[in-house]
Amino acid sequence: MAGGCPRHFTNSQQEGRENLLFLQQLINGLQLGSIYALIALGYTMVYGIVRLINFAHGDIYMIGAYTGYMIATRLNWPFLPCLFAAMVFCAVLGMTIEKIAYRPLRSAPRIATLTTAIGVSLLLQNLVRYFIGPNYIPFPELFKRQSYVIYSAGSGLGLRTLTVSNIQIIVLVTALTLMFLLQFIVRKTKTGKAMRAVSFDKDAARLMGIDVDRIITITFAIGSSLAGAAGVLVGIAYPRIDPGMGVLAGLKAFVAAVLGGVGIIPGAMFGGLVMGSAETMVLAYGKSTYRDAIAFTILILILLFKPAGLFGKSVSEKV
Amino acid sequence: MKNVSIRIMALCLVLALIVSLVGCTKAPVQTTVKEIVIGVVAPMTGDVATFGKSTRQGVELAVKQINDKGGINGSTVVIKAEDDKNDPVEAANAALKLISKDKVIGIVGSVASKCTLAAAPIAQSNKIPLISGTSTNEKVTQVGDFIFRACFIDPFQGLVMAKFASENLKKTTAAVLFDIDNDYTKGLAEQFKLNFEKMGGKVLAYETYGKGDQDFNAQLTKIKSFGPEILFLPDYYNTVGLIAKQARAQGIKAIFLGGDGWDSEDLVKIGGDAIEGGYFSNHYSPDSTSPEAVSFRSAYEAAFKATPDALAALAYDAANILMEGIKQAKTTDGTAVRNAMAGLKNFKAVSGNVSFDSNRNPIKGAVILKVQGGKQVFEAVINP
Repeated sequence: MAGGCPRHFTNSQQEGRENLLFLQQLINGLQLGSIYALIALGYTMVYGIVRLINFAHGDIYMIGAYTGYMIATRLNWPFLPCLFAAMVFCAVLGMTIEKIAYRPLRSAPRIATLTTAIGVSLLLQNLVRYFIGPNYIPFPELFKRQSYVIYSAGSGLGLRTLTVSNIQIIVLVTALTLMFLLQFIVRKTKTGKAMRAVSFDKDAARLMGIDVDRIITITFAIGSSLAGAAGVLVGIAYPRIDPGMGVLAGLKAFVAAVLGGVGIIPGAMFGGLVMGSAETMVLAYGKSTYRDAIAFTILILILLFKPAGLFGKSVSEKV
Repeated sequence: MKNVSIRIMALCLVLALIVSLVGCTKAPVQTTVKEIVIGVVAPMTGDVATFGKSTRQGVELAVKQINDKGGINGSTVVIKAEDDKNDPVEAANAALKLISKDKVIGIVGSVASKCTLAAAPIAQSNKIPLISGTSTNEKVTQVGDFIFRACFIDPFQGLVMAKFASENLKKTTAAVLFDIDNDYTKGLAEQFKLNFEKMGGKVLAYETYGKGDQDFNAQLTKIKSFGPEILFLPDYYNTVGLIAKQARAQGIKAIFLGGDGWDSEDLVKIGGDAIEGGYFSNHYSPDSTSPEAVSFRSAYEAAFKATPDALAALAYDAANILMEGIKQAKTTDGTAVRNAMAGLKNFKAVSGNVSFDSNRNPIKGAVILKVQGGKQVFEAVINP
């Protein structure tokens, strides 16, 4: 901030301005974090139940964005049907991938499934490159962007207002709604109970009469539909999509999932919001070049001191 | 009868071949060749693919016009084009392939400075002249004496926009937001800041982001807190569109300024209303009235059913400068062609009359365009 602040600020004015700046940056961070959180929710679910880091998850998110794009431009559907259609399409895609690529490898060593996941990721990216094109596409405007001033500190120099845009609200609300919905499914429904059982002990669950394959398919469907929703929201918030958009976003979401404790749903939500806010704060008060470095340093520190993640309980490995 | 004449011809050809092969060891390089091959390196796919398309069409038009007039000193010109995907590694590979496999006499390309900077050392060490249409970074031609360009350089665009902001718009405060991973945007940002401050203006915020970033809210909030009158965004169209939208959503009212990276139809598709009223510097405007520009525009429109942009005009100029060099050198020897190109004086090009300075940068003026009603409107000419 050196040299930035005009001299005639009094101390209290200066402080108020800094507080406003901080709050505004926090709002910015929550927007970014909500998107990480949405992708992380799917990651964490799949990992929690199948113990598979689904590297193709970020690319399903990309397909979600493209599905939203196709539906919005070809059929001119409004936001909610568009979001819903992208979620359904990604759910079907997730189930198909699970059936074709992962199910035959269910009993194979974990490294084989992991490699397959990377293969699926590259396949999805290149299919989009081939059929739709490798270039950036402008995402259509489903909403008119609007900003609301939620707090105003009168006129004067510096940042005097706190603004929230409708897009920030939509992204955050959608993320929270989906998280609660997910939590409800996992905690309160019979399928959810079965999911938890499969996650706890696959063989025991099978002995209890649970159709493990069906539960895993449902898990993939739900996880992928969340990624699809995230894709459409990103298209709205940052209207530029391309086939490679899922790679870094997927990686960040994965970090967010680990941060909160892989397999724990509120953990993924929290991890995503922490990641988004941390990145924004680094940009706001540090240098843009340090952003990813600091995000990943946080990850390393958490893994060092709390290996099971912030929300995780450490469990001794069964041998 | 026919058979005999064919045999005689074949014999002559074989003899000529032997003579030329023997001659090659001592005599100067063969001067008459059937085909003159020139290479094109441009991003045909990737994040700035529309740049590659324009570049290639510009070169194609120039070559077609030369060939229609009988080629260069009786030889037909052939284009070999390579895609660099806007990736420096691919650009270096493309240059190597064109030189070693396709045996090109000269190269036109690439578009982005980072790619040309990667391809140039290969052309330089093989003594093959390389001329970029649009790489504006200062360092490009400093690679060596075989490297040319048809456009003005980064410092000049930064200076032009600083001059435009303080003299034409009469503004005194500005903020800069640029991609720290890209030499092009960094060069423009540095020179804008330097010159704007030299002209008495104040740069209140000087913020950066990284390649591929989509979220600029943190930096924009910081910029908003200083309330600048000008926001300088020297990046390519797709990123500028995103930044403009987020800036307006935050309530930033500054005037947006930028460089020639804005020149694409997609700028308005991504930026929408937010980019309205922005100004950027460019090498060329289709509304230019010089006879070369008028005839270029009509030929381009007839050939490609599209209005030429600056990339097409500069690629067209670059190809013509290279071919003029080959014509004047009367040989395909790289060093002779280079010398002929460096010696050009007031060569009548579409984007202005070109002479080269000692660093092989052309000396000419710049145009300022305004984004208005989703279109580019000619605003002013700024001279160095």
